[in-house]
Amino acid sequence: MALLGSDVSVLVTGANASKVAEQVAKVSGVKKVLVAQDEKLKHNLPERVAPVVLASQKQFNFSSIVAGASAFGRSVIPRVAAKLDCSPISEVTEIHSADTFTRTQYAGNAVVKVQSSAPVKVITFRGTSFPPAQEGGSGAVENAPSSDIKTDASEFISQELSKSERPDLTTAKIVVSGGRGLKSGENFKLIYDLADKLGAGVGASRAAVDAGFVHNDMQVGQTGKIVAPELYIAVGISGAIQHLAGMKDSKVIVAINKDPDAPIFQVSSVNLRNTVVFLREWLWSSFHQMMFY
Amino acid sequence: MKVLVGVKRVIDYAVKVRVKPDKTGVVTENVQHSMNPFDEIALEEAVKMKEKKIAKEVVAISLGGPKSQEVLRNALAKGADKAIHIEALFLHHSIPDADIPKVEPLHVAKAFQKVVEKEKFDVVFLGKQAIDDDASQTAPLLAGLLDWPQALFASKVEKADEGHLKVTREIDGGLDTIKVKLPAVLSADLRLNEPRYATLPNIMKAKKKPLQKMTAKDLGVDLTPQTKTLEVSDPPVRKAGGFVEDVPTLIAKLKEKGLIKH
Repeated sequence: MALLGSDVSVLVTGANASKVAEQVAKVSGVKKVLVAQDEKLKHNLPERVAPVVLASQKQFNFSSIVAGASAFGRSVIPRVAAKLDCSPISEVTEIHSADTFTRTQYAGNAVVKVQSSAPVKVITFRGTSFPPAQEGGSGAVENAPSSDIKTDASEFISQELSKSERPDLTTAKIVVSGGRGLKSGENFKLIYDLADKLGAGVGASRAAVDAGFVHNDMQVGQTGKIVAPELYIAVGISGAIQHLAGMKDSKVIVAINKDPDAPIFQVSSVNLRNTVVFLREWLWSSFHQMMFY
Repeated sequence: MKVLVGVKRVIDYAVKVRVKPDKTGVVTENVQHSMNPFDEIALEEAVKMKEKKIAKEVVAISLGGPKSQEVLRNALAKGADKAIHIEALFLHHSIPDADIPKVEPLHVAKAFQKVVEKEKFDVVFLGKQAIDDDASQTAPLLAGLLDWPQALFASKVEKADEGHLKVTREIDGGLDTIKVKLPAVLSADLRLNEPRYATLPNIMKAKKKPLQKMTAKDLGVDLTPQTKTLEVSDPPVRKAGGFVEDVPTLIAKLKEKGLIKH
């Protein structure tokens, strides 16, 4: 971040933004926290957040406006960029200087270094490519400049969030993922069991999601979540280009697959050739033994 | 309701792309191209809306080189009523198909904006991202330019009432449902539907459907890039590991690397 500039302000929007703002102020490197607390900003709909960002930009004239490449960041950042007539840059993985960045294209198969001449650099960052900021800051908290938030364009109705006690997929140190090879949603329980023993997050391939084994917010890949844990265990996943795009930066990849020609074996460090069904009785009980005896 | 669907010609999703030795881009010559998979989904949904009598007309639009017309014909065969090809021109030169990947989503959004402002559309439906640039920007850029509400990553689209759509979106922690006022910009996620194949009779019929041509210049859109590609390179190659024969060996290896504790 320091390459972008050392004067970092954070804008917190929402119905209950003040609490988060206090936490953000304690993050190392944060100089200023702008708070926009408003019932209208509940659920942070992009049509309502964008004017707040633009009002802040008008007052403070930032050289860069950035967010993480989450569903939220991807919704708001380009909307803001359009208003500023700037070409945004998505999912940056490396900052070389205040105008030069690296990102990937073609499902991670091309690494592209770009230089932006946009008057304001409007960027989303790939979370797994940067270490989290630590505590130890003392930023000043102030109210964001007021903006005209229109409420008739869009309205939040409901949400259905997946409940899980497991570590968040995108930040977990270990991720266990299952694919089509698991053959059923019931067998997927074995993935959960293994994950629980390892304290791991659980992911899935598109095939597993499409087959209805798991919910789609667990999909790892080009169009799902990008993860880069220390250990990624892929069970019954062939390793299509689109899946590899989401996990090939993991430090160690273990692949368990009965097909010796599965493309996943071209990227994995430790491989185990065996059928998934066989594995069911075998791997799990072994892990169990190894861990509890 | 009139629906405009943006479609992009991209390298086919199953192709393993190759970076050019001179590091200026990826090889696109003699490589299988097809309609961006997310755009196929957006198109399918628009055609379904027409079949359910929610939409009256479905227009497919593409900005690109001459070969974009193949993708537009395909869109017509899948049920679009009409197609618009915006030829990409930089200064006075046509941009060759090979350089189209460098056209920025901002420019595409600006060109679509002009078309939307000329002909009244109620919905612009795009894919959530193109699988070549992976930018995922055009829909929210266009919504910003038009000052229309946006519903991105849609996995379900329903008519709420006259003048509103109810859209279920795929978000990080699960799903949410929002109501957007028309006109609005939508983007399609993977699980919205299963796109149909174009049948031979429909491909034949598509040849007679109108395909309107214009240029970015006609629309007054300047394609001067704001982002310069300095270098395109291969991702670091991972060294393939060896096979282990059984589970205890696997566990021992993982322990040795300090990846699991017990």
